[in-house]
Amino acid sequence: MKQFDYVRPATVTEAVAAAAQPGAVYLAAGTNLLDLMKGNISRPDRLVDVTHLEGLDGIERLADGGLRIGALVSNADLAHDADFARSYPAVAEALLSGASAQLRNAATVGGNLLQRTRCAYFYDTASRCNKREAGSGCDARDDENRGHAVLGWSENCIATHPSDFCVPLVALDAVVEIEGRNGRREIALEALHRLPGDAPERESALEPGDLIVAVRLPPAASGFAAHARYLKVRERTSYAFAIVSAAAALRIEGGRIAEARLALGGVAAKPWRARAAEDVLRGVAPTADAFQEAAWRALTDAKPSGDNAFKIELARRIVARALSLAAAGTPARLPALPASLFASTSGAIHA
Amino acid sequence: MPELNLTSAPAHLRHGSNIGQPLTRRDGILKVTGHATYAADNHPPGMLFAVIAVSRIAHGRVTSLDVAAAKRHPGVVDVMTPDHKPQLAIDPEIKTNPFVFRMEALQSNEVRYANQPIAVVIAETLEAATEGAVLLAPRYETLPPLVGLDAGESFVPPVVGVGNPSEHHRGDVEAGLASAEKRIDATYETPPQYHNAMEPHAIVVQWDGDSLSVDMPTQGLKLSLARIAELFGIAHDKIHIRSPFLGGGFGSKGLMGGPPVLGIMAAKLVGRPVKLVLRREQMYGPVGHRAPTRQRLRIGADGAGRLTALDHHARTVSSTFDDFYEPAADASHTLYAAPAIRTSHDAVRVNTGTPLFMRAPGEATGSIALESAIDEMAWACGMDPLAFRLKNYAEREPISGKPFSSKALRACYEQGAARFGWAKRSLQPRRMRDDDGLLVGWGLGTATFPALMFQADARAAIRRDGSGVMEIGAHDMGQGAWTALAQIAADAVGLDIDRVAFKAGTSDLPDAGIAGGSAHTATAGAAIHSAGAAVIAKLADLATNDERSPLFGAGNAGVIAREGRLIRRDDESRSESYAEILARAGLAEIEARGTGAPNPAAMEEYAMHAHGAVFAEVKVDPELGQVRVSRMVGAFAAGRIVNPLMVQSQLFGGMIWGLSFALHEEAITDRRTGRIMNANLGEYHVPVNADVPPLDVITVEEHDPHVNALGIKGVGEIGITGSAGAVANAVWHATGVRVRKFPIRIEELLTQR
Ligand SMILES: Cc1cc2nc3c(=O)[nH]c(=O)nc-3n(C[C@H](O)[C@H](O)[C@H](O)COP(=O)(O)OP(=O)(O)OC[C@H]3O[C@@H](n4cnc5c(N)ncnc54)[C@H](O)[C@@H]3O)c2cc1C
Ligand code: SF4
Repeated sequence: MKQFDYVRPATVTEAVAAAAQPGAVYLAAGTNLLDLMKGNISRPDRLVDVTHLEGLDGIERLADGGLRIGALVSNADLAHDADFARSYPAVAEALLSGASAQLRNAATVGGNLLQRTRCAYFYDTASRCNKREAGSGCDARDDENRGHAVLGWSENCIATHPSDFCVPLVALDAVVEIEGRNGRREIALEALHRLPGDAPERESALEPGDLIVAVRLPPAASGFAAHARYLKVRERTSYAFAIVSAAAALRIEGGRIAEARLALGGVAAKPWRARAAEDVLRGVAPTADAFQEAAWRALTDAKPSGDNAFKIELARRIVARALSLAAAGTPARLPALPASLFASTSGAIHA
Repeated sequence: MPELNLTSAPAHLRHGSNIGQPLTRRDGILKVTGHATYAADNHPPGMLFAVIAVSRIAHGRVTSLDVAAAKRHPGVVDVMTPDHKPQLAIDPEIKTNPFVFRMEALQSNEVRYANQPIAVVIAETLEAATEGAVLLAPRYETLPPLVGLDAGESFVPPVVGVGNPSEHHRGDVEAGLASAEKRIDATYETPPQYHNAMEPHAIVVQWDGDSLSVDMPTQGLKLSLARIAELFGIAHDKIHIRSPFLGGGFGSKGLMGGPPVLGIMAAKLVGRPVKLVLRREQMYGPVGHRAPTRQRLRIGADGAGRLTALDHHARTVSSTFDDFYEPAADASHTLYAAPAIRTSHDAVRVNTGTPLFMRAPGEATGSIALESAIDEMAWACGMDPLAFRLKNYAEREPISGKPFSSKALRACYEQGAARFGWAKRSLQPRRMRDDDGLLVGWGLGTATFPALMFQADARAAIRRDGSGVMEIGAHDMGQGAWTALAQIAADAVGLDIDRVAFKAGTSDLPDAGIAGGSAHTATAGAAIHSAGAAVIAKLADLATNDERSPLFGAGNAGVIAREGRLIRRDDESRSESYAEILARAGLAEIEARGTGAPNPAAMEEYAMHAHGAVFAEVKVDPELGQVRVSRMVGAFAAGRIVNPLMVQSQLFGGMIWGLSFALHEEAITDRRTGRIMNANLGEYHVPVNADVPPLDVITVEEHDPHVNALGIKGVGEIGITGSAGAVANAVWHATGVRVRKFPIRIEELLTQR
């Protein structure tokens, strides 16, 4: 492995200063970063370990009814927090459908948001990849791309963002709190990840040294708790990234949809909020036809980036399904196989 | 009650011994407490770490390596390259026998496949060696790689698998097809697959002058020893290999490959002990894999659903520099009673590491195609798939006309079907649903694997204290040899298992042959059995010829061995303990050797195979196409079951491999570069626990007096064979969509609503 410096700052301010230097990166649980380093995809000069910073590992109910989740809370602890799971069931379900139990125990909230794409050419350092090496080309365009993006891609990059967690978060208008060289600021999660355009190497709105300190769910987010689901189609029942996933959340009042939230995963370089689909659902009855219409709307702009046209049709069907599951009501207990189409099938104790 | 019968009554008729008991693994506690020492757990003093640098191109030449940069890196001790390496005694390109495969031992700058070793960096730490390998920054002259089943001119290989003719026929296939009322002509594809044993290939090497000490997982201690001896020009008795435990092998640790040879060379180069462990992605190249296939099956049947012809052709690949051909079509030799059968193979050469044996080579690939095609034919004939298979049940081996040494397949079908509830299956596909509206499909696959025997030796001894010793260089790959072979050993010397010191896993012990071909228990077991019989015979000689013994005059034929005593057969009140016999003779120990080997006369006369029937249930989301297996029942007849618990585990494992074959496993190769794009366990999917349904294994009683003295057929590979087809057929039955390219992908099932 390349030699690197390792620093463990005591305060957030020190961390930001240490990470603002060229070649420095934050290390959280390392479940993504260390793999990238072992494979020589990332070759940082300095790791700034944030796991010992004080005050970033709490889950805090805010006075306004919102919730603030520290960046160091583990994926597992968050999903298993009873109050959290009750208020934001689709987020808990998404978390528990990701990776494996061991990885979820380690992985942090901040790291999950900023995990890198799983594009095979990004990982293969002998391939050309604009994201890994700006301007080198994109070897995914002409070969193994059946898992790649169908929305928001560009000729320069067709990779997807792999996080499950981000999908319901973006549907629920989550906000990211950032500490940077110029102090604290916050941005909508929807604005955190960038579409590739002509600079796929710039993946997020973060500047050098920017540290995610928390993710906040606004007060309205818990209003969907009664009708919220996350659904994920993957190539094995657990421990696989989504081919396509969808988070659907509804507020149903008097038999009509007062408000709908919908986001897709595995389809673009960012968690994909489908506002046009949300709009067609406002004020209508939660029927299969309405959900079909919404599904259609959600994918209007989709186009294959390669051998992956099937993902568009699959995404439509998942959207319709996730909406109807949400309409049917959040299950009283999280299914043993979270986010799985086989949630009800017996035989599994956990994913 | 252990009993060794020295009369002519065949061993397989004995009951109530150690053999047949469901003992738990004797090495289980060592393993769960971390005390079982795998090769890479060894750290001799002064040991250095060697890391292989591998090629990123699949075809061409290395033109430069920045050795200076690597050597400048702190901790790097040396860099082994084609220009700087110890000389081997013979060129590794020379095939000294058919079980020697060409390997890369830095003999040239040529690159023949991606992930080929091109240099070795040796350093004080693993990290330094790893970075040194990166700093080599190889440059290449790249040539276009050959990739895929259509890479070039095809040719007919002279032999497939291990020396099988590449074509076989019996009867007139074209006439059979012409006369058929129903015909199937279907083409199936299977992908390249990698063994992915949990334990990566590893070696720890220590040279002491010209003596060599090696820790390395191997499925063939003596074969490895012989290969090392010829490559390094040293005598066999100068080499000591320890391989007490393997974290899986599945065929990839059977024959000596390049990486361990590089480890031995590296240790020689630097004059210090060296450890070399492959990284997971480096296992996708130099240590073998299952070749991809494209198989065309043409089948004919008459109006009554009786097969008239079976034509199975398989296209496969081998490397550009060596020959191994997946014998996929041979799977059609044994199962179905077609009056005309033809099997044939052709191949193309591609830039890959040489494909090799991988759990059920030929049978696994061939079986999923054959079982799918048979299912298609059953449907074409409007018949239940089980009824169709029974109608075409082979009473003699179809390709040879020989009788079977034993074949309890009918009982497998019956017991499996009953346990599964097969009778309730709808004939039509896409007719069954569960309470949640998921499509339900039921599928069947027939399992088959030859009952092979190799050659092995064992040494047995009885010691003065009455205890026994059994020595054999056998291999425990996780399958349970430490337990099952010790059970056989205990019966062989008429002692309780705890009274026998069972020694295995090192190269100084008698040759146990190779742990492959599902033949290890049978082969090593036969050697153990005969060594035990021989030592008891010697002991009996001592007693019956000594007038001071109560057994005097009983003669060999009149003595049985049981619980550490020899007992007069016609008068059980007259007996003497082993200890008493040896004490009186003034011997510290008495020993004898025995061998296990195939019986050519029996092989000439009989076809010898294990069989089974696997029933699978899948659930498929009708709109989204995601598949999950919900239940599997496998009924297998594999002769004598030495340890029911371990056999069940082997069969479970095989069935899971079958499920994986049908739904998950595939190495994805970039068509332009020949590089494998998912060489890690995150993206090369094998089933996780949540994919594995409740499995039910039935072992059907089967007595086989011909396969070997103990009546053992193997169970290591058969489990994968019927299972892959059963799952594929269940997917069809659930959806009505026949997918002929494996693994079955979601997009194939999205077509219908
Ligand atoms: C085999 C495997 C399967 C997986 N499957 C799934 C899956 O199905 N679904 C899914 O969603 N995920 C999956 N993951 C990804 C997993 O969720 C991420 O690896 C994990 O969430 C990353 O968290 P971490 O704390 O380990 O981050 P790290 O690896 O430590 O960091 C990841 C990145 O985030 C940056 N970073 C971390 N924390 C901060 C911070 N507070 N502020 C600024 N930057 C920060 C780091 O610099 C780095 O670039 C899988 C991972 C593996 C290895
Ligand atoms: S799709 Fe993006 S990440 Fe993948 S190779 Fe192309 S540029 Fe790189």
